[in-house]
Amino acid sequence: MINTLGKYIFHFIVIILIQVLILNNLNLSGYINPFLYVIVLLTLPVEMPGWLLLLAGMITGLIIDAFLNTIGVHASAGVFLAYLRPYFLRYLAPREGYEPGSLPTPSHFGFVWFFKYVLLAVFAHHLFLFIIEVFTFEGILRTIWKTIVSTIFTVGFIMIAQLFSGSKKKAF
Amino acid sequence: MAPGVTNSFGIMRNFIRFIIRYHFLFLFLLFETFCFYLLINYNHRHQETFINSSGKVVASFLEISGTFKDYVSLRRANEELSRENALLRTQIPENIPSISEPKLARQESDDLFIYQYRAGKVINNSVHRAHNFITINKGSKHGIAPEMGVISARGLVGIVRHVSPNYSTAISLLNNQFRVSAKLRDSNYFGVLEWDGKSYQHAILTEIPGHAPVSTGDAIVTSGYSTIFPEGILIGTIEDYQLHQGEGFYEIRVKLSVDFKNLTYVEVVEKTSGEEQKQLENLMQND
Repeated sequence: MINTLGKYIFHFIVIILIQVLILNNLNLSGYINPFLYVIVLLTLPVEMPGWLLLLAGMITGLIIDAFLNTIGVHASAGVFLAYLRPYFLRYLAPREGYEPGSLPTPSHFGFVWFFKYVLLAVFAHHLFLFIIEVFTFEGILRTIWKTIVSTIFTVGFIMIAQLFSGSKKKAF
Repeated sequence: MAPGVTNSFGIMRNFIRFIIRYHFLFLFLLFETFCFYLLINYNHRHQETFINSSGKVVASFLEISGTFKDYVSLRRANEELSRENALLRTQIPENIPSISEPKLARQESDDLFIYQYRAGKVINNSVHRAHNFITINKGSKHGIAPEMGVISARGLVGIVRHVSPNYSTAISLLNNQFRVSAKLRDSNYFGVLEWDGKSYQHAILTEIPGHAPVSTGDAIVTSGYSTIFPEGILIGTIEDYQLHQGEGFYEIRVKLSVDFKNLTYVEVVEKTSGEEQKQLENLMQND
């Protein structure tokens, strides 16, 4: 258990560093900003209690906010994602349900399942994020366009990141 | 047992069951309320918060990533510095032709002394959000305070918002909250410059009256009416414009002279005699 927790914290720090030191400086044609850090929230264990999920979402968001000077924006989007995650997992649940101790990763449920899960979750997260960032519904088409483009890039980065960490079999 | 007791007991039990049933939703709303409290507090009251990029831990991380970027952009930084050198050389008193109008030249140089410039390096910057900020590696130790202007060799950049001992964050011109008084350099008609959030290369100048002579390519500079920026700092050039028939004002699209994607060295401007003007103006607002 301690070992798993340690692994999560290490994972968390590496992903956050990649996000703030590299990806935040990536200005792809003006408005594409991949937010790889959501992978931290997406790969938490399936049975994680709700309150802990919400807390993890908020803290991760606040750390990203600190680097981007956007207090509350990523924190609220992180909480929103943490809230929706159990519903996405229920929607995508295998017929026989989840085995105890399973992780929502490609090594547990396959690549296609993971892709669907990430796509759904990242789109919801980015849509919420960009609406909050603009704080009005003025340029809704622009916001949606931004969401779609950034979602594609974030999903791409998450899939690539999973190739590096996906080689090991079940963590438990 | 009396039916009333069972009933109220039942309501109580149902209520508790309701709370338990939807506890995740309530928790979610609680967390979101807190986040929105932070968000609104920060964006609308401009309050000092602990969590921003002039904070010590965050800023030192940004400086590490900044040093990597320095190597990549050394060439551009050199160009920028030599451009600034050239600019400064033209301002050496010997180079100002003071034969024709000696008095005017004297006045101008007097005016320049009111402002103090401090060089700083950009360690974090963004261009593609609705609210863009710049982090500079100089802070209150070096004499920087909130509400000072930030310029680069190419023109206007932003305004300092938060200051910590070693770092400061500035709101970029590319920020929905940024407004500055700007004028046409050739005719002195002035208006308000804002960013419309669309492109990092353009901003919108409004409130220029319809009878002002406007043509594409004209330079837009700061008006000097605020206590933040000196007069005549370049902002950009007119790209296109349209006259609103009903209102009689131009809406002018300005091509910004500063390349915000490649910002390395900036100067923070302090108007040393600005305090008196600000106090006087505040007096008017309070009446």
